[in-house]
Amino acid sequence: MAGIRGYWTLAAAAIAFRILLLFCLPKDFHLGSHPEITTPLTSLRRRTSPVACSWRKVTGSSRRPCRPTQVSPFPRVPTGERAELVRCIMAPLCYCQFSGPLVLKDLKGDLLISTADFITATLIRATGKKLMLSRYKHLQILNLSKLVETSGFVDSGDFAALMYLWNPMTIVICIGSSTSPIDNLMVVMAIYGACSRIPPLAAFGWVFAVHLSLYPVILIVPIILLLGYGLDAPPSKSFLLKNSYARKNSTLAKIQVNSGTSSQTDKAINHFSWIPVLHFALWVSVWLGYVLFLSSISLKGIGSITEMFRKTYGFILTVEDLSPNIGLLWYFFAEVFDFFRNFFLIVFHVNILFVILPLAIRLKHRPCFLAFVYIAISSMLKSYPSLADSTLYLSLVTLFSNELADMQFSFFLFCGYIAVSLFSPVMHNLWIWRGTGNANFYYATGLAYACLQTILVVESVGSMLKHDRLLRKTVEAEH
Amino acid sequence: MAALCRRFTGFHFLLVLVSLSISSLVFGDWIGDDEGEQFTEELLLKPLPDRKVLAHFHFQSTAHPSPDSGHHHHLFPKAIAQLIWNRAPCDAVGHFMVQKFQIRDLELSFTQGRWNYENWGGSDPISSTNAKPPGVELWATFNVPVVEIDTTWKNLTHALSGLFCSSINFLESSTSYTTPSFVFGLNVSNIRYGALPREAVCTENLTPWLKLLPCRDKAGLATLLDRPSIYKGYYHSQKLRLTSTKLSGIILEQTLTIVLQPNIQRNSAHSLLDGAIQPSWSISSMFKRNLTGSCVLARTSRILVELEKNIVSKLEELGHGGSWSNSLLDLSPNPFRVIKEVNPFPEESNSILFEYVNSKEYEPLDVGIKWKLPFVWSSPHAPFHASRFLMGSGTERGSIAISLQSTKSDEYFRSKSNECRMQAVVFQVVPWYVKVYYHTLQIFIDQKLQNLSDVIEKIRVTPSEDKKLPGTLELVLGYPCTVQSVALTLDFDKGFLHIHEYPPDANQGFDIPSALVTFPNLHSSRIYIGDDSSVHSPLLLKFQEKNVVLSYTEVLLVPFTTPDFSMPYNVITFTCTVLALYFGSLLNVLRRRIGEEERLMRSKDANKRGLIPSIVSKITSKLRGMPGSKPLLIFAVVLSVLFHYIVN
Repeated sequence: MAGIRGYWTLAAAAIAFRILLLFCLPKDFHLGSHPEITTPLTSLRRRTSPVACSWRKVTGSSRRPCRPTQVSPFPRVPTGERAELVRCIMAPLCYCQFSGPLVLKDLKGDLLISTADFITATLIRATGKKLMLSRYKHLQILNLSKLVETSGFVDSGDFAALMYLWNPMTIVICIGSSTSPIDNLMVVMAIYGACSRIPPLAAFGWVFAVHLSLYPVILIVPIILLLGYGLDAPPSKSFLLKNSYARKNSTLAKIQVNSGTSSQTDKAINHFSWIPVLHFALWVSVWLGYVLFLSSISLKGIGSITEMFRKTYGFILTVEDLSPNIGLLWYFFAEVFDFFRNFFLIVFHVNILFVILPLAIRLKHRPCFLAFVYIAISSMLKSYPSLADSTLYLSLVTLFSNELADMQFSFFLFCGYIAVSLFSPVMHNLWIWRGTGNANFYYATGLAYACLQTILVVESVGSMLKHDRLLRKTVEAEH
Repeated sequence: MAALCRRFTGFHFLLVLVSLSISSLVFGDWIGDDEGEQFTEELLLKPLPDRKVLAHFHFQSTAHPSPDSGHHHHLFPKAIAQLIWNRAPCDAVGHFMVQKFQIRDLELSFTQGRWNYENWGGSDPISSTNAKPPGVELWATFNVPVVEIDTTWKNLTHALSGLFCSSINFLESSTSYTTPSFVFGLNVSNIRYGALPREAVCTENLTPWLKLLPCRDKAGLATLLDRPSIYKGYYHSQKLRLTSTKLSGIILEQTLTIVLQPNIQRNSAHSLLDGAIQPSWSISSMFKRNLTGSCVLARTSRILVELEKNIVSKLEELGHGGSWSNSLLDLSPNPFRVIKEVNPFPEESNSILFEYVNSKEYEPLDVGIKWKLPFVWSSPHAPFHASRFLMGSGTERGSIAISLQSTKSDEYFRSKSNECRMQAVVFQVVPWYVKVYYHTLQIFIDQKLQNLSDVIEKIRVTPSEDKKLPGTLELVLGYPCTVQSVALTLDFDKGFLHIHEYPPDANQGFDIPSALVTFPNLHSSRIYIGDDSSVHSPLLLKFQEKNVVLSYTEVLLVPFTTPDFSMPYNVITFTCTVLALYFGSLLNVLRRRIGEEERLMRSKDANKRGLIPSIVSKITSKLRGMPGSKPLLIFAVVLSVLFHYIVN
């Protein structure tokens, strides 16, 4: 169970590498305009524009205009800027205001994003450590510590954190002035808070993640499961089996069994505890009120909260911006007949919602893994996906590297991700810049990417279920 | 009795006819009166430095407010009057119709070609009022409450597009018009402005425009409008300007500005100089028509020939001031009168107008100029020449640049001291799919980047909203007069549209309407020597108005990325396939219980046979058991085939 030696050196090197790249890359290196890196929601450039016309929005919408009648003489902008900074002190996470036109120009915004990356990695590592401890504990209860010793036990927390920090996509996104690392940070914060049963932190992360990108709203299911049942564990059935065998053994052999075992297994079968969940609900309402309060302050005299929801969540849900990205929806909605547009909008979003319940039922004993599956599904079907979403779930999947050790197609997936991340910019360049390719080639890489994600989700869920079955079988076989 | 009745009615009819004709005679005199409706027609001809000729037709109709307005008019086009006083079937529609188009001011122009500000002048009254952007431009101010303006505008665009056979109705959608706040000098919120840069202008727009004239093109100056010769020109702009006030009623100005290239008449004597000498022209040679008589309904009908001040100064040098027949040029019929401009700078020479009255005689009035010596001059420029261009490559992003280049027209700078400050107002409307980032505005003065707050005196930005609003930028720049060049740049991203939103020829690109640059400190007014004739000439009155010097920039053609237009079905099927793959395989994984499957397999092994093979084996065994079943089966098959044929 030894961690990766020199973790901190590697992590520091990753951050140093980012900063080095930030300084070394030429200014006209337009990484931020690549659709794989920034989306209409996460592009700093797009967020800056409304700020310049003295209109700010807490969540990024596409270029929100000033009121048509509003006259904004230029001298007003600096004062607005100052007000923004004051508000940023009030809410350290109201980062999107931070990116005013003046701040954007220097490195502050990028440094902020590098720091967010680092914190995300640290939280992933802490989550991994917790998961590993709980796994070790549960396997010991099931008398399966042999399994731990035979199969090499990797420190998945360190592994996942380094996977996040050294993933070339994360690095590119960090220097491409996209705000998605902060969205990722919020998601990870919610998961970590739920894992370590800190309802305020979990609520904070969840509320802000929802506020920033809406899709993490489905993470409420794994968070509640985590708070209620505790960390990932083998299915309760195996504990029950173990229990019954133990009882049988004790009756058969009529030996005074180690009195601890039975009660220990009982303890290991997690019962749903409502108190942290209620705490969580309370804190969610607190943070929600806080966010709405901040939004109403920043919207004072400019618009109403409902307008903000329409322009932000409405923008996400109705796929108004049809600029190409690595998802499927942009081309679909650019081509589909207007008459069917609403129908397909519902179909696409229902595709996310419909699998929530079956997944929650089958994987309720592994809420952390459930969170990973939800993140992967939503980043596949979301309206404006980018590679930043994939970096998050790719590092989360490594948290379960012990459980998913016998997953199929992993080499194929690895090659596929590399191929997509190479082909996608090439096709984009051919279509947009050279004019020799056309939209279909780029769309084809999007299709391939969606297929890869499907395979990843399906295979990981399948092998996780297989792993649980294996555990049960070994429990059965032992007795 | 019946016959008597018929005779009586016939008599009555006669009486009515006689009384009608008498009244029409009486009214015929009244028509030309100041109290009623008036119509004037004028034509201004002007040689241009680049061997072309400007012809500017000016028709003006006025209608004083009267109880009959909108119902009955003598000269004024009823269609236009109803745009303003729509008292048509108000009983049916109610009060709303009365207020339908409460227009205070309206200007509609159809233009083809670009006005050449460098050669044809940039600071004279014609260029500042009649140089228009290509395509259609429409702006109007309304007398209705602010909330109703947008609906009124929409109705107006539909009415005008019906009236002029054009697609002005495309200006109806909120993505195509805007509300400028200070560009037009009027600080009002009830103005709407829209432009269609790609509208093709042709005779189908001219014919309804001519129908508004009382004589159409059957008599008067409008007979000169021979379609092939006017559409052959370099610039063609027909404009309709409508002003209505409670006091003076409606004034309808219809102007047509054409720049033509006169045919070079080969002159053997000057064959060597033919290249340098200006082409001589006359009305008949340019328009291929003869001008015989005026429109009888017109109060005045006259032709003016303008010689610019640079020609006049040359003439003065040669020693013949205002003469029309000299060693340089010959004006062919002798003008009726000479009108001279009064200039604020006495040392400078002024432009001269030669006036001809288009009398009702039947001999054609063929005004023309014959040049005798080669002569080069230049037109008065605006102090800065505005142009606009695109920067960047590829179809993802780019920049719009507007540059103002000093023309070094000494006239303006001589009058000002060194500390003078120039003001320029830039007005730019950008469609929503060109996503301009207004925070990237950069201003360069003499190639040096400036601090925005030093240069911008006032700015108003309305960023575009997808599928709702176009982006509008209005800004007032202040900079020293001695500056050589001013340049603004704005970055933009190109949006992606739904396939139905692309125009028919999508790969050609999209047009961004012309930007408008005005110089509010400069006015293109001319003062003419207090001649009573100028009072009666609406054209000269127009020249004396204080019009701001302005110039329109080029229309920009922005190439856009296009999706594959033939793909909708493929995209739908592919995307849905991937979704089905995801949904199906995920549910399959979740549903699967390997333990049960194993049990099932074991039980199947026991049974060995599935359902269908067992049924098939049963049937075959039964058939084998029955001896006569084979012919029966063949018979049944033949019967069914026959039945099938009969049914079909």
